[in-house]
Amino acid sequence: MKRQFLSSVLLAAFAAAVIPSAFVLAQTGTPAASKPSPAASKPATGASKPAPAAKTAKPWTGAKTPWGDPDLQGVWNDATSTPMQRPAGKGEAVLNEEQADQFAEQLANDLTRDRRDGGNEVDVNRAYNEHWMDARRLKITNDRRTSLIVDPPDGRMPPAVPISPERQKIRAERAAAAARFNAGMPNVATELSLPIRCIIRTDSPPYLPTIYNNDFQIFQSPGYVVIAPEMIHSARIIPLDNRPHLGPNLKQWLGDTRGHFEGNTLVIETTNFRTDDGTVYQGANPETYKITERFTRVADDTINYEFTIDDPKTWTKPWTAVIPWNKIDPKEQMYEYMCHEDNFDIVHLLTGARAREKNPALNLQPTKR
Amino acid sequence: MGSRFWRVIIPLGVAMAIAVFSLTALPLAGQQARPARDASVFPAYKAPRLADGHPDLNGMWQAFVTANIDLEDHEAQSGPYPELLGAYTGWPAGQSIVEGGTIPYKPEALAKRKQNVANRMKADVSNDKNWHALGDPEMKCYMPGIPRATYMPYPFQIVQGTSPYILMAYEFATATRTIRMDWKGEAPTDTWMGWSRGRWEGDTLVVDVTGQREETWFDRAGNYHSDMLHVVERFTPLSPYHMMYEATIEDPNVFTRPWKISFPLYRRTEKNVQLLEYKCVPWTEELLYGKFKKGTK
Repeated sequence: MKRQFLSSVLLAAFAAAVIPSAFVLAQTGTPAASKPSPAASKPATGASKPAPAAKTAKPWTGAKTPWGDPDLQGVWNDATSTPMQRPAGKGEAVLNEEQADQFAEQLANDLTRDRRDGGNEVDVNRAYNEHWMDARRLKITNDRRTSLIVDPPDGRMPPAVPISPERQKIRAERAAAAARFNAGMPNVATELSLPIRCIIRTDSPPYLPTIYNNDFQIFQSPGYVVIAPEMIHSARIIPLDNRPHLGPNLKQWLGDTRGHFEGNTLVIETTNFRTDDGTVYQGANPETYKITERFTRVADDTINYEFTIDDPKTWTKPWTAVIPWNKIDPKEQMYEYMCHEDNFDIVHLLTGARAREKNPALNLQPTKR
Repeated sequence: MGSRFWRVIIPLGVAMAIAVFSLTALPLAGQQARPARDASVFPAYKAPRLADGHPDLNGMWQAFVTANIDLEDHEAQSGPYPELLGAYTGWPAGQSIVEGGTIPYKPEALAKRKQNVANRMKADVSNDKNWHALGDPEMKCYMPGIPRATYMPYPFQIVQGTSPYILMAYEFATATRTIRMDWKGEAPTDTWMGWSRGRWEGDTLVVDVTGQREETWFDRAGNYHSDMLHVVERFTPLSPYHMMYEATIEDPNVFTRPWKISFPLYRRTEKNVQLLEYKCVPWTEELLYGKFKKGTK
């Protein structure tokens, strides 16, 4: 009974939860326009400057591990409704409190909660949403930014560069497969996205907020930092001993990560991503894609997570985003997230498609979200 | 003629010499073979300490037993589809790691093990309710549970700081489990890797595991348990490069009494060795979902 319920809601949740880029696209809420409060802190400004928030807050001089590394241990949550890109036409990087309240309300509305304007079917979908939605996902960042991107300063991704015909073809195939998925007509399991197939989800960098399971547990031992994302159950084991990266012929879905501390900041670089479609962010080119992540503990209960993505074959210049990680109540625990083990949805999606092939009356009708 | 004589005599002499040598050497060889099963023959060892005074178990570890094929004694056997794959999928022989040799099943519980073996290479996910009825979970790339994760033929890494949480990260299926030190309370829910509560007994890390999903198996030989499974593990450092692993397994639904397995874990020491990613899901998709793809009935 429980499983059947779960499987039926999973489809809705998957569609909404596992494709952060789709969410980003959907997040075009319009914040009220007015000047930023002078009291509002300035956002972080770029990859070259570590520990952005440390410039505004007092540098955190808290705990170190017994072996001398800054202590990042704990379970952290990166949920926020602040969109990756600043909504078009809005100039403010940072809002005052009143604007921020309106912005948060608008974003929550766009995330389809508490709306009753779509008829029964849509209403039921939103009930699923309500069930799955991490309430922390409906709050904007504490520093009241209008975008997670802090560089370029306009809060938008840099312009794309023209991509090769070969990559255009891959993107067109991906788009066609996504269209079949949205129409409830997938051909085969392997054309579904990596998150739906439970191969990678938000355990893949950059770590972006999604509908649920926004927890990350950080473990430390002498010479290592390990990040265990709740989503899937992989552990990202980061050696700090300056060893070389894996050889160029050994690639992984989550890449190969090396780290070091710069002052209070953990700096990690990841390369060696597999070339499977969808492995790296937004269909960038895995051969030239590079991601640098910086973790700076700025308060007892906050880590600033900053990442810079550089792929000259995809964007005209590197871009940087900052997402606060908030410590969850130490009494709360992170639980195992099984995915593949009971991935009923793949079978439901495929058997649904086969049934529709036989009986077009079952075809999905476009509905308003 | 003469050379033929020597051709017989010389090997005979060599064989006799070996036999005599072997007779004298045998007791010694026997003793040397035992350490793998008996921690007492290692000289007393005190493991290096972390800042909190507890033994430092950090590192990459791996078992070198064939218990993932069968916890009990097993002969060499062909694997799946030998007509296609020859020796590629053959399974080697191995000795039991079970104390006393065999697992004390209740008589009525043995039928299911037999059934499991018969169905171990089958899968049918067309019905949610019977999703897990057929097939070895390893074949389907499901998280292996405890203790199986420890003796699968892949390494795992222990990440131990001074916080109350020790992480064990396994290469197979990128499974992980968190060991909560001195945690009070019961497992909040059933999971594939279970709920691990740890404590120190001298140099031994003792881990009490409950809350495991009933669908995991112990091995490819269909050895199984119910959701009443209770595992108590003991990790005891023996040397800088060895650690004894013992697990006591209890399940009143399936076994007549608690039983025990033990084997050493070996530290992986290659230069720059690291735990790699083994996400095996893609290798299972045709098996599990192939019959639902376009063009099928």
